[in-house]
Amino acid sequence: MSRLRLATAWLGGCSGCHMSFLDLGEQLIEISDALELVYGPLVDAKEFPEEVDVALIEGAVANFENLELLQQIRNRSKLLISFGDCAITGNVTSLRNFFSVDDLLTAVYHAGPGSAPRSDEADQVLPELLPRVLPLHQVVEVDAYIPGCPPDPERIMAALSALLQGQTVQLSEEQRTFG
Amino acid sequence: MPAITLTINNDLISARQGQTLLEVAREHGIEIPTLCHLDGLEAMGGCRLCLVELQGSSRPVPSCVTRAAEGMVVTTHSDKLVEYRKMLVELLLAERTHTCSICVQNNNCELQTLAAKLGIDHVRFDYLNQQLPMDASRERFALDHNRCVLCLRCVRVCDAVEGAHTWDVRGRGSTSRIVADLDRPWGTSTSCTDCGKCVQLCPTGALFKKGATVGEMRKERSFLNRILERRRLAAQGGTP
Ligand code: SF4
Ligand code: SF4
Ligand code: SF4
Ligand code: FES
Repeated sequence: MSRLRLATAWLGGCSGCHMSFLDLGEQLIEISDALELVYGPLVDAKEFPEEVDVALIEGAVANFENLELLQQIRNRSKLLISFGDCAITGNVTSLRNFFSVDDLLTAVYHAGPGSAPRSDEADQVLPELLPRVLPLHQVVEVDAYIPGCPPDPERIMAALSALLQGQTVQLSEEQRTFG
Repeated sequence: MPAITLTINNDLISARQGQTLLEVAREHGIEIPTLCHLDGLEAMGGCRLCLVELQGSSRPVPSCVTRAAEGMVVTTHSDKLVEYRKMLVELLLAERTHTCSICVQNNNCELQTLAAKLGIDHVRFDYLNQQLPMDASRERFALDHNRCVLCLRCVRVCDAVEGAHTWDVRGRGSTSRIVADLDRPWGTSTSCTDCGKCVQLCPTGALFKKGATVGEMRKERSFLNRILERRRLAAQGGTP
């Protein structure tokens, strides 16, 4: 049987979901025969590959770079999974939706110490922010959800095991909570 | 009390006159989800999670405020009802800002638990991202409007059990807000006795003890049954 081509990606999140993925620990070795990790912060691929079976996406869609990558991932993956609360609800990343992008950049880069570039100049060096942070399913079609901040390794394992057996991801009630 | 007979989910069930459909269902082990309802507080029919279908009625009715009657034919769990319940909780999650991961009541929250139970793994509606204020003017407790689901348990317990009637509601629909003493900072309320009953009954992280950090706030509700039981005994002339 060919190995499941797995990709992970990190959009507007804190990397905590990926840390939780690493917390699978020895289980990662156990499933490594059945999986091939083809893209993500944990491997050194520069471009998102074609024909990915499963993509686990951490983080919300916060800037145009996220948006483009997500669309590319959707086009090149059979199954796209919202991985963690930021991807599913916007979570911490979306708390900036209380402010306009301009007010936000001013507060972060100018109200305090430092002299980061403003406006047009800033757009050249900072990734251009979307007006509002969005959960993945408001941008592309999402096939399954693994909630949690971060989702604990048991949830991730439950989802991966289902996928390796060719089943759809269906987490139990206890494994479905946000937060 | 005179007995009546009704049908719930195709089973013939007997009930006592005056009981609500929710009481009858629960007595027979049928679990209907609720949010605004809490045994001991006057039923309000606000959250609509306890909706059931009645034969002969064109729309579903809230079981917590509908009395059982002879010959009623009730359905508590049709596909339509389950879908409505999911939708209601998703709307609650979208209306205010429930960021569970940074909430004092994470893992101890009725809304969070309810969502998981109903199978909600994402919200289909646009989040409103309303930035609502927090009232931390009181010494021991605080109110975060972002987490409030307007169940009005705080309003009811403060009025009917504590007798202070500090809380009320201002506004309509999604602009409704809980207000203390005709809308002033809770810290300046002269009616509030600091008993903390509202805090303990609030289902979410909206009312909480100051100093509680993420996931630390656990609510203790047994006082409600104790108080009501003593009142009942006192009213009967027994020893409270
Ligand atoms: S869900 Fe939590 S752990 Fe995952 S990226 Fe967002 S903030 Fe970090
Ligand atoms: S009150 Fe807190 S724990 Fe409950 S749903 Fe809202 S944010 Fe989550
Ligand atoms: S503050 Fe709490 S108890 Fe009061 S209405 Fe809001 S959610 Fe209900
Ligand atoms: S529990 Fe019946 S309407 Fe809220």
